Amino acid sequence: MVPVFLVGIYVFVLSVFVGFEVISKVPPMLHTPLMSGTNAISGISLVGAVVAAGFGGDTLHIALGTAAVICGMVNVVGGYMVTDRMLRMFKRK
Amino acid sequence: MSTALFSSNVLEAVYLIASVLFILGTKMLSSPETARRGNYLSAVGMTLAVGVTLFGGEITDFRWIILGMAVGALIGIVASRMVQMTAMPQMVALYNGLGGAASALVGISEYMREMHNQTHFLTTVTMLTIFVGWVTLTGSLIAFAKLQEVISGQPTVFKGQHMLNLVLTLISVGCIVAVVLNPIQPMLVTIIAVVALVLGVLVVIPIGGADMPVVIALLNSYSGIAGCLAGFVLSNNVLIIAGSLVGASGIFLTNEMCKGMNRSIWNVLFGGFGLTEASAGGGAAVDVPGGGAVKPYTIEDAATVLENASSVIFVPGYGMAAAQAQHAVRDLGDALEQRGIDVKYAIHPVAGRMPGHMNVLLAEANVPYDLLKDMDEINPEFRHTDVVLVIGANDVVNPAANEDPSSPIYGMPVLKVDDARTVMVLKRSMNPGFAGIDNMLFYRDNTMMVFGDARSTLSKLTDALAAT
Repeated sequence: MVPVFLVGIYVFVLSVFVGFEVISKVPPMLHTPLMSGTNAISGISLVGAVVAAGFGGDTLHIALGTAAVICGMVNVVGGYMVTDRMLRMFKRK
Repeated sequence: MSTALFSSNVLEAVYLIASVLFILGTKMLSSPETARRGNYLSAVGMTLAVGVTLFGGEITDFRWIILGMAVGALIGIVASRMVQMTAMPQMVALYNGLGGAASALVGISEYMREMHNQTHFLTTVTMLTIFVGWVTLTGSLIAFAKLQEVISGQPTVFKGQHMLNLVLTLISVGCIVAVVLNPIQPMLVTIIAVVALVLGVLVVIPIGGADMPVVIALLNSYSGIAGCLAGFVLSNNVLIIAGSLVGASGIFLTNEMCKGMNRSIWNVLFGGFGLTEASAGGGAAVDVPGGGAVKPYTIEDAATVLENASSVIFVPGYGMAAAQAQHAVRDLGDALEQRGIDVKYAIHPVAGRMPGHMNVLLAEANVPYDLLKDMDEINPEFRHTDVVLVIGANDVVNPAANEDPSSPIYGMPVLKVDDARTVMVLKRSMNPGFAGIDNMLFYRDNTMMVFGDARSTLSKLTDALAAT
């Protein structure tokens, strides 16, 4: 068995290549939505936050977890909505 | 404990689907036709990933999650609806910071839960998550404060700044190594967190307003890296994939912005650009042909020139955003088009305060995106153009970048507006741009300076055209 962290490193290296490949095709016109859209994706830590807030534990754990959920959720919801708001405005002649 | 609705295989499968949706969604951002659907797909991916985690069995108490999600969603919805398009750079900076904070908090929580049975690798990535996450948070808050003008946009430099940053970095490295060797040292973890928060502030304060596009792009990549590290902490591939996608995007944009300014990332990060120029050269004297007086023109003069043009190119800069003049630009563009004049918009890659800032503002004002031209596309066209209208742009149209090897911006790719028959510059006053460099464009024979607030000048021009 390959250790879990090595699998993670494989996934990481390959995703970086995919990321560059995909993103280098985005035209400068859409760089702001690209940034805010990927920014929303970086709110994926919400997945970890949900686990941290929900496994129980003492007050400090719950407080940290809940704070993480709030931060992640603002990032995700706000990020996607603001990106959509911008993209809605781009119209052809 | 087992509240799981499905097996861990299903969980992993859904994470894989979410990862594919993130990549596909980002890929679809390559065209304005598909971009909106792409963003939607990416949001579906996020919903799946979070949803499957909620019901995946690890969670025993939903109360705080529901509370946190409700509060976060409410803030996100309100903020994204209320924010003005001109304030988008600070909004994105703030979201970046919160993403970093979420990752850092996840890191701390995992440390507290697992500090007794972690491998060296896990402890290392946990500490790095905490470190990068907090740097992202305070760095973004400073970027936000500068862009919102809560604090001065000028670079803040002091003696020994680099030395202090170096010492703080070494302290963090030392603490991280110590915690990896012996994980049960919460005090050292606290020190790592505090030092990271301080470093975030210190790395962004020396960077000036005009360099903000680079900083925002870089913080974007940090937030991705923090998410990616959190993925290693939790051994969760969807975090690793999504985080590295964002990290790659941020690094790509950082590089694009640096190319647009002909500066290295180190030159931007070590900061003080503009400040040092101004104090050294006292505003860098320009070799001015013909005595050095600029020629101010009235609105009427400008309107007459515009009436007789057959092609006009608008060149917007940060000044357009500051004056909220994008709608006035569009109105004038419409008035010109009604007279049969060919109208286009030239966008420099670093115009504004974030990558693509000008495009978003003009799109908001309903300018069709096929009229928005990139620098490489539009530069050959200036020499066949009758009038170029520069609205609140300065350094990105400075011919010194091509002609004057002693200029601090020499070598920076610029819009060659002075190739046009007439260049009209709408400007509030003769203050130099953010880089603190005088602009010889203003002294050229074919340049007309029209002073005043850009928005009111533009609407007066529109009225003058309508009256004739």
